[in-house]
Amino acid sequence: MSNTGSVSADSQVRSEQGPPLWLLAELTYRCPLQCPYCSNPLEFAEHKQELSTAQWIDVFSQARALGAAQLGFSGGEPLVRDDLAELIGAAREMGYYTNLITSGMGLNQSRIDKFLEAGLDHIQISFQSSDSEVNNMLAGSRKAFDQKLAMARAVKAAGYPMVLNFVTHRHNIDQIEKIIELCLALEADFVELATCQYYGWAHLNRAGLLPTKAQLDHAEAVTNRYRAQLAEQGHPCKLILVTPDYYEERPKGCMNGWGNIFLTITPDGTALPCHSARQLPVTFPSVSEYSLSHIWYDSFGFNRYRGDDWMQEPCRSCPEKHQDFGGCRCQAYMLTGDATQADPVCSKSPHHHQILSARAEAELPQPPIEELTFRNERTSRIICKV
Amino acid sequence: MSIPSLAAVPTLRPGYRMQWEPVQDCHVLLYPEGMVKLNGSAAEVLQRVDGRRSVNEIIAELQACFPSASGLDEDVMAFIGEAHEQHWIRFR
Repeated sequence: MSNTGSVSADSQVRSEQGPPLWLLAELTYRCPLQCPYCSNPLEFAEHKQELSTAQWIDVFSQARALGAAQLGFSGGEPLVRDDLAELIGAAREMGYYTNLITSGMGLNQSRIDKFLEAGLDHIQISFQSSDSEVNNMLAGSRKAFDQKLAMARAVKAAGYPMVLNFVTHRHNIDQIEKIIELCLALEADFVELATCQYYGWAHLNRAGLLPTKAQLDHAEAVTNRYRAQLAEQGHPCKLILVTPDYYEERPKGCMNGWGNIFLTITPDGTALPCHSARQLPVTFPSVSEYSLSHIWYDSFGFNRYRGDDWMQEPCRSCPEKHQDFGGCRCQAYMLTGDATQADPVCSKSPHHHQILSARAEAELPQPPIEELTFRNERTSRIICKV
Repeated sequence: MSIPSLAAVPTLRPGYRMQWEPVQDCHVLLYPEGMVKLNGSAAEVLQRVDGRRSVNEIIAELQACFPSASGLDEDVMAFIGEAHEQHWIRFR
């Protein structure tokens, strides 16, 4: 597959294409938890290589020069990198707003203080449930819930703004009231109530995760009730409810457009327009071979689904094509085998019946949590071999 | 929208930071996982939000910098009210 286009096409894209504003640094695929909805690729165990400290700092510097202002440290669990404080310090010095996106596993007071000293701007802790038993079962760890609670308190006590992220699904979404109460008690500044997006391990486990329409409606009603209460009190906490696109009739404008503002760098240095794009049948460039400027503006991978020349019907003639960009390329590929198809979430898609049958499946009894496929190296290696 | 009192002293909410972004050619307000592009006048106001100056002092300074601007006090009050409502700033 070619990595270069014609010179005229490149310069045309460069003049129209704005800079990357967000850099997501997936520092590692290593993680002590085994969440069955992890967004890492199924074959993560095949990608063991990790960029060195110096390589990461060079990536940050190049992306900053291009215009990136927000930097997320993610993974895997970014805390397993011993050089995290050094990476934070270097990024903050360059002027990034630095976000640590963590499960809280591996965090302690000494590291919280070190990160603060290095200039870390914000910490996001993810929870699996408001209830320790469900949380621990989903995370595949018995100590997880207490550790997360302790760390959320320590993060606030250190003066950081804090985002709490609850991944919701059919097994915990009915606890939404308890989840919100817990977040308010922990003094979260932002609460993300994010229903699973069905990529990676969550796609594998979709039937066991997708909530019913009634469950979603309930969650939305409870969230709106709390939003009204918070607004009335002038309370600064913001509740962000992310609903699964499986219940929409039009697809999401995924990543605000392909290669438009987001740049993800995977542990081994592969550059992606979004964190699940690795599964697409497209060759993506590596930071060890190309400059970020070339990758962002000129590479085949980042230009592949920019604009609308790649679209087929019904997208091509659709008046909404510049609002939703035909939806998500990864979802189109996963569900139809062709990444240039309309996202099947769209009711105009000839494959929309797959979404309808997933909704119907959600109405049926599904296996309990214990029977989901948990994300771990052993399973990842088995999946790779199949 | 709430109208702030002239004596109120606004300060940026912890974790919020304003900075100049050369590539975007504008000031931005950065916060957890978010970024707002600021227009010129919003940036002029927010640059003076430092936890020391009162709303009144901010208006007086801007009036001195932009003597020909009419209705400046109302615009500043409206913006500070909006920024407070968005929880970008709080009053000390």
